[in-house]
Amino acid sequence: MVVPSLKLQDLIEEIRGAKTQAQEREVIQKECAHIRASFRDGDPLHRHRQLAKLLYVHMLGYPAHFGQMECLKLITSPRFTDKRVGYLGAMLLLDERQDAHLLITNSIKNDLSQGIQAVQGLALCTLSTVGSAEMCRDLATEVEKLLLQPGPYVRKKAVLTAVHIIRKVPELSNIFLPPCAQLLHERHHGVLLGTITLITELCERSPAALKHFRKVVPQLVQILWTLVTTGYSTEHSISGVSDPFLQVQILRLLRILGRNHEESSETMNDLLAQVATNTDTSRNAGNAVLFETVLTIMDIRSVAGLRVLAVNILGRFLLNSDKNIRYVALTSLLRVVQSDHSAVQRHRPTVVECLREPDASLSRRALELSLALVNSSNVRAMTQELQSFLESCPPDLRADCASGILLAAESNHWYKWQPGALENMGTSCWRGAVRKPSPFSRIRQVVSVYGSCLDVELQQRAVEYNALFQKYDHMRAAILEKMPLVERGGTQDEEAKESKEAQHSEAALVPTEPQASKLLDLLDLLDGTSGAAQPPPPLEPSSEGTSVHLLDLPCVSSAPASIPNLKVFEREGLQLNLSFVRPPGTPALLLIMVTAINTSEADVTHFVCQAAVPKSFQLQLQAPSGDTVPAQGGLPVTQLLRILNPKKAPLRLKLRLTYNHFGQSVQEIFEVNNLPVETWQ
Amino acid sequence: MIKFFLMVNKQGQTRLSKYYEHVEINKRTLLETEVIKSCLSRSNEQCSFIEFKDFKLIYRQYAALFIVVGVNDTENEMAIYEFIHNFVEVLDEYFSRVSELDIMFNLDKVHIILDEMVLNGCIVETNRARILAPLLILDKMSE
Repeated sequence: MVVPSLKLQDLIEEIRGAKTQAQEREVIQKECAHIRASFRDGDPLHRHRQLAKLLYVHMLGYPAHFGQMECLKLITSPRFTDKRVGYLGAMLLLDERQDAHLLITNSIKNDLSQGIQAVQGLALCTLSTVGSAEMCRDLATEVEKLLLQPGPYVRKKAVLTAVHIIRKVPELSNIFLPPCAQLLHERHHGVLLGTITLITELCERSPAALKHFRKVVPQLVQILWTLVTTGYSTEHSISGVSDPFLQVQILRLLRILGRNHEESSETMNDLLAQVATNTDTSRNAGNAVLFETVLTIMDIRSVAGLRVLAVNILGRFLLNSDKNIRYVALTSLLRVVQSDHSAVQRHRPTVVECLREPDASLSRRALELSLALVNSSNVRAMTQELQSFLESCPPDLRADCASGILLAAESNHWYKWQPGALENMGTSCWRGAVRKPSPFSRIRQVVSVYGSCLDVELQQRAVEYNALFQKYDHMRAAILEKMPLVERGGTQDEEAKESKEAQHSEAALVPTEPQASKLLDLLDLLDGTSGAAQPPPPLEPSSEGTSVHLLDLPCVSSAPASIPNLKVFEREGLQLNLSFVRPPGTPALLLIMVTAINTSEADVTHFVCQAAVPKSFQLQLQAPSGDTVPAQGGLPVTQLLRILNPKKAPLRLKLRLTYNHFGQSVQEIFEVNNLPVETWQ
Repeated sequence: MIKFFLMVNKQGQTRLSKYYEHVEINKRTLLETEVIKSCLSRSNEQCSFIEFKDFKLIYRQYAALFIVVGVNDTENEMAIYEFIHNFVEVLDEYFSRVSELDIMFNLDKVHIILDEMVLNGCIVETNRARILAPLLILDKMSE
């Protein structure tokens, strides 16, 4: 006696009642066995019920391929309930890779032509979901016939099936192109929506179609105009907006048609202005339409006034309390910030506000946008904002923020006005790196960029920072410790001494002479944090860990070892030192900073240093900081050499110095010996 | 283009799944688990759009059920957000105050409704009366 199998409802109940995964599996396996048996020799009248159960089980992730043939049988049955489940099964279980799908082609063909709308609808739905290229080729003409049939129920589905056919077999576009013109006159929104989608698909695929459809721009404008101005039409209105889905679709098509085409863009201008100003923005539906309008305005050749309007709409979105809207606004502003920079600038304060968003995807976009908005007039204010953001931003944004600040400052030549600025930034980057070592290498890389800047102070600072980064990692915490208060003051002379001091001290710096103001600036920034001692900032879980962090620095694969400085020349008090940097990320590059310092009683004037390297190297000498090396250890003259060594050949360097000293003109030519191996390996 | 349409509850059980682009059976469960995980980990302050692999997810929560739609990047996120609500309103009208149980026990009807609204990844009909008309006729026929 065959145990009557469960009805679908009961099966669902049983599955819900299963307490464990194993129990569920058991129930399902039992039922599948029933289903299989019933497929073999069961009652054809109830076959659809069995298949329905199988589909449910399939949705839960269990294998159901043995139901495929049943789908085919059910599809051929004359009863609608059978067909319904059969086609649904076909959509869920079959796919192009299996040969079974070809067998339904005939059924679909029959069903398409037999005139019962519901059945035709089913067939179209299935065809558009699982139709393979061959099936599409076979059935294209049937679908085309249905495009112009009277019933809109079928037509709307036929149009979208046409979209699928074109996607699978692009050559068939030409049979679906002619009916479009007539379909556009359709009043039925479903058909219209489908037609717009079809035209969009055609235009995206073929430039010829694009040209052809430019003719209908006036018609589209008219349709959209009617939608927007006929006020409250209950049929398709959502939150007071007439069929926002259709509006969005039309706007998208207008965007494609108006792109790079003056004439079409002109035709749309008034309409877009109308939609942009008159759409109700209190609910999401209106905002969706407005958003699409803005995207269209920015993409076509619209007049300047319209573009500014669009950007202002985005700016207004930024102030909206709905975070979804802020998200799309930030994304769109990012896209247009390059082309419409001044318009976006107006919204800078709002963008900066968005840095404080709790949602990481929003604050990331706000950060990118803020960095893009930095220019020479707002760089000071912006870097301050960004710096305070750096203190509190989530760890994964730190590296981008820090490097962004540095690059923005560089490209705006900000350092020319504020020599202390690089230190501020460098230090906050360094502090940022103390808390989270991983973006370290990038920060180092960026700071190395400064090593090749023209300004001498910047160069010096950058090379010093680089050296500090490299050599004194283990001392970072100590160096950044809060210093006991000392007098401000100090002269320019102290600068040189201070940098040497930083390089030679072993423990926490204890100043023995009047402090160089620069060093105090360095440490002044540490109000509130002092490296290892104090409780950790909220984002970093380990507390005493600062020292641990430092030792745990991730190995940057091309981490350069710190290369010792080299004193290469000394004559009558004039010394020449070389310091080397191999920036990570550019293995062939070597930066040499030549420093000339004069401890004698008389100035060295007309100082010129030239260099030569073997043929396989590329050498670039940057302009020196000056040509006078002042006496008694005054401000040294520095010059940066950039050497590219792609072949990693052993480095040889020849220097030629000419200068006046003690009333005599001196020329010295020598080769630098004892170049450390790390400079070229 | 809509890539998939999912209804998953908070425990990770899929109540409805419709794929408009082919995804292997075994990959589907994985995808659904990952999707629900990303949705569950969002707080109320975060927006409803997630960037997930090479598509975008737009989700809305109704009681214990998440409706998640995966789209490619040509779609207007806010329109899809509105569409999800439209779908739920249609279900609400058909089932008279729809609940998760209604969806579970009448899965085939929900599929019919969805098929009336989305064809091949494109929105085709959003008018409630028109969507439900064929279904109501069907119900009448089977009585």
